[in-house]
Amino acid sequence: MLTSIKTNEFRGDKSKELGMMYFRVALILFGAQLLMGLIAAIQFIVPGFLFELFDFSVARMVHINALVVWMLYAMIGSVYFMLPDETGVETVGIGLGKLAFWVLTAAVTVVVLVFIFIQVGSGTETSIWLINEGREYLEAPRWADIGIVVVVLTFYWNVFATYMKGKQTGIMTVLIADLFALAGLYLAGMFFTDNISMDQFWWWWVIHLWVEATWEVFVGALAAYALIKIIGAKREIVEMWLWIEVLMLFGSGILGLGHHYFWIGTPEYWWEIGALFSALEPVPLVAMFVHVLYDWGKEQGKAKAEGHPGAVMNNGPAMAWIVTNAFGNFLGAGIWGFFHTLPQVNIYTHGTQFTAAHGHLAFFGAYATILIGMMYLGVQYAYGVKKLTSTFKSKMAIFLIVFGVLGMTVALTIAGYEQVLVERAELGGGWTAFFAAQDLPWYIQAQVWRAMMGVVTFVGFIYLVWDLLTIGKHAKAAQAAAE
Amino acid sequence: MANKKVSVWTDIQFWRRSAAWVTGFATILLIWLSFDTIGQITMGTNADLKNGVDKRVPAATVINYHIDYKMNKKRGHEVPVIGEKQLFFGKEWSPKDAEALLRLGKLTEQAKNCMDCHTLLGNGAYYAPDLTKAWLDPAWQKGGPMQGMTGKNTVEEAMAEFLQHPSQYPTHARMMPNLGITAEEAKGLVAFLKHMSSIDTNGFPRNFSKTVAQFKAGDTNAH
Ligand code: HEM
Ligand code: HEM
Ligand SMILES: [Fe+2]
Repeated sequence: MLTSIKTNEFRGDKSKELGMMYFRVALILFGAQLLMGLIAAIQFIVPGFLFELFDFSVARMVHINALVVWMLYAMIGSVYFMLPDETGVETVGIGLGKLAFWVLTAAVTVVVLVFIFIQVGSGTETSIWLINEGREYLEAPRWADIGIVVVVLTFYWNVFATYMKGKQTGIMTVLIADLFALAGLYLAGMFFTDNISMDQFWWWWVIHLWVEATWEVFVGALAAYALIKIIGAKREIVEMWLWIEVLMLFGSGILGLGHHYFWIGTPEYWWEIGALFSALEPVPLVAMFVHVLYDWGKEQGKAKAEGHPGAVMNNGPAMAWIVTNAFGNFLGAGIWGFFHTLPQVNIYTHGTQFTAAHGHLAFFGAYATILIGMMYLGVQYAYGVKKLTSTFKSKMAIFLIVFGVLGMTVALTIAGYEQVLVERAELGGGWTAFFAAQDLPWYIQAQVWRAMMGVVTFVGFIYLVWDLLTIGKHAKAAQAAAE
Repeated sequence: MANKKVSVWTDIQFWRRSAAWVTGFATILLIWLSFDTIGQITMGTNADLKNGVDKRVPAATVINYHIDYKMNKKRGHEVPVIGEKQLFFGKEWSPKDAEALLRLGKLTEQAKNCMDCHTLLGNGAYYAPDLTKAWLDPAWQKGGPMQGMTGKNTVEEAMAEFLQHPSQYPTHARMMPNLGITAEEAKGLVAFLKHMSSIDTNGFPRNFSKTVAQFKAGDTNAH
C-alpha cells in the first residue's frame, strides 16, 4: 500500500492514485479510532484510568469522530478509484482534488489535536467555533464544518464534471444524486439553538439520514461496482438491482427517521410513522444480501459450465470483505436495529448499552467491511496484480476483526439487557437506578468481555495493516515469477 | 431482450422511475411532517406559562415554576406538570434574564461536551446517568443523597455546587471529572436541566424514578 506511492502501476490513472491517498489516511484514522475505543472501554472497568487527564468523554469523542472521518475518507477514496472505470474518462480536476485532500487532512489534524490537548472550552460561542461543538458525532468545531463543506463541494464538483463529460452509467447516476443529498444534509447540523428538542430534531436529520439512507445507497452503488469489477457480474442485472435497492432504502429509511422522534419532545404521531417505516428498513438489507450471494453463485456456475473450474473472483480478500458486508449490514443494521425500533421496546432500551451494541455492529457491518474491501481493490490495481488471493494475514485480519466485533456486540447486548431490565424496567431510570445497574456483577462481566474482544479486534487490525502493506508486493513478485 | 419488453419486472426504466417517485414522495411527506413538528417544538412564551397553556417545550421562564412529572391517565404515561411559582437561585427571573441564562447553559453543555458521557433526551453516551429529568431526580431533592452530600438547601444550589467540584462529591468509583465549570456556567447548566425536565417527552423515562430502597425491599409499588 505504501510502495505504491512511488512505483504504482496505475499507468497514468491519476484518479486511482488520489483514491489511494484517501485510503491511507483512512487506515491511520481507523487505527486511532480503535485505540480510543480501547481507552474508553478500559475506563468502564477501571474508572480511575487517565481520570482528569484524558477522560472518557475525550476518548469517546475522538473514537466516534475518527470513525466518521475515516469512513468519509474511504468513501471519497472509493469514488475517485471507480470514477475513471465508470465514466470512461480521466477525472477532470486532479490537481484540485489533491489540494482538497491536503486541506482536509490538515484540518482534521488540527481538530484532533485540539480535541486531545484542549478538550473543552468555556460556555461561549467562541468555544463552539474553535474547540468543540459538543454534539455527538458532529463535535468538529464550526470553522472545521465550514472547511469540510468547502472541501466536499470541491469533491462533488470534480465527480459531477467528470460524470457530465464521460459515460453516464446507472451506478454513477445513483452516486451523483446520493452524494448531493449526503453533502447537503451536513448543513442541517451547523447551527446553534438553545432549544434542546430542536437541536436533537435536526441532529438526527444528519445522523439518521446519513447512515440509514444516503450512506446505505452509497454502499449499494459501491457493491454494484465491486461485483462488476471482481466477479464480472452483468451490468444490466446489477444496475436493475441497484434501482430496486434505492427504492426500498429511501422508501423506508427517509420516514424511518421517525424512530428517533419518539421521546425528544416531538409529537406522538412519530410513534406510528417511525415504527412502520423503520420496521421496513431491514427489507432492502435482506435484498442486498441475497443479491451479492446470488450474483456470486451465478457467475461461479456460469464459469463452471463454460469449463473454467477455478474461482471467478479476481480479488479474494476484497470479495471476502464484501460478502461480510452483505451479511454484516443485514445483521447489524437489520436485525439489531429492528430489535429496538418499536416504541414499545425503545422506551426501555433508548440510550442504553443496547444502543451501543447496535451502533457497533451496524457501523462495522454496513460500512467498515465494504470500505476495507475497496482498499484491497486499490492495492490490487496499485501493484498491477491480475488476481489477488488471500494470504494467511488476510485471513487472520478478517477472522479476528469479525470475531472481535461480534464478541463486543454480544457482550454489549448482554450488558444492555441487564441495564434495560434493572435500571429502566425495575427502577425507572434516574441517578441511583443507573448506578445500581452499572454495579451488577453480570453487567461488569459483560464490560470486561467487551474490552477483551476489543483487544481481539485490535490485533486483527494489526494483521490488516500488515497485509495491506505487503500483499501487493508479494503478489506482484509471484506474478512476475510466473510469467 | 434488446428492445422488446419481456416484463415490467425486469425493466430498468420501470425501477428507476419507481425509485424516483418513492423517494420524492417520502421526502415530501418528511418535509411536510417536519413543518408540523417544528411548530410544535418551538419554545412557548412567558404568556403561555402565565395562562397555563401547555407547550411541548415551554419558555425559558419555566425556571420560575415548580415542575413535576406525573402519570396522565388520558395519555397513559407520565407528563411534566408545571405548577406554582418557585424561586430559582433565590429570585424570579425576567424573560430576558431567563433566556440569557438558558443560552449560557446550553452553550456550556456543548462546550464541556456533556453528551459524550451522559444522555440528554436519551441521546449521547452511556457512561453516566441520563439527564432528561435530572432536575426531578429524588437523589437531588431534600433528603436525597446528592443534596445531602453538598450540604446545600435547594436543588439548584446543590446541583451547581456539584457541577463546579464534581470530583469532591464522589458517589461511586466512576466519577465526573472537573471540567472547569464556573459559578455562572453552573447556574446556566442548572437552568438548562430544569428547562429540559419540563419538556414533554411522551413519557420517557417511564416510571421515573423508583428508589433503590423500594427495589431492595421488594416493593411492588402497588397501592
Ligand atoms: C447501517 C445502518 C445503521 C447504522 C450505521 C446505525 C447506527 C446507529 C447508531 C450509531 C445509533 C446510536 C446513535 C446515538 O449515538 O445516539 C443508532 C440508533 C438507532 N438505530 Fe441504527 N443504525 C443503522 C440502521 C438501523 C436500522 C435499519 C434500524 C431499524 C430497523 C435502526 C434502528 C435504530 C434505533 C431505533 C436507534 C435508536 C436507539 C435508541 O433509542 O437509543 N438502525 N443507530
Ligand atoms: C477496539 C475496538 C473497540 C472498542 C474497545 C470500542 C469501544 C467503544 C466505547 C467504550 C464506546 C462508548 C460507548 C458508551 O458511550 O457507552 C464506543 C462507542 C462507539 N463505537 Fe466503538 N469500540 C471499538 C470499535 C469500534 C468499531 C470497529 C466501530 C465501528 C466500525 C465502533 C463504533 C462505535 C460507535 C458508532 C459508537 C457510538 C455508539 C452509540 O452512541 O450508540 N467502535 N466504542
Ligand atoms: Fe435511525
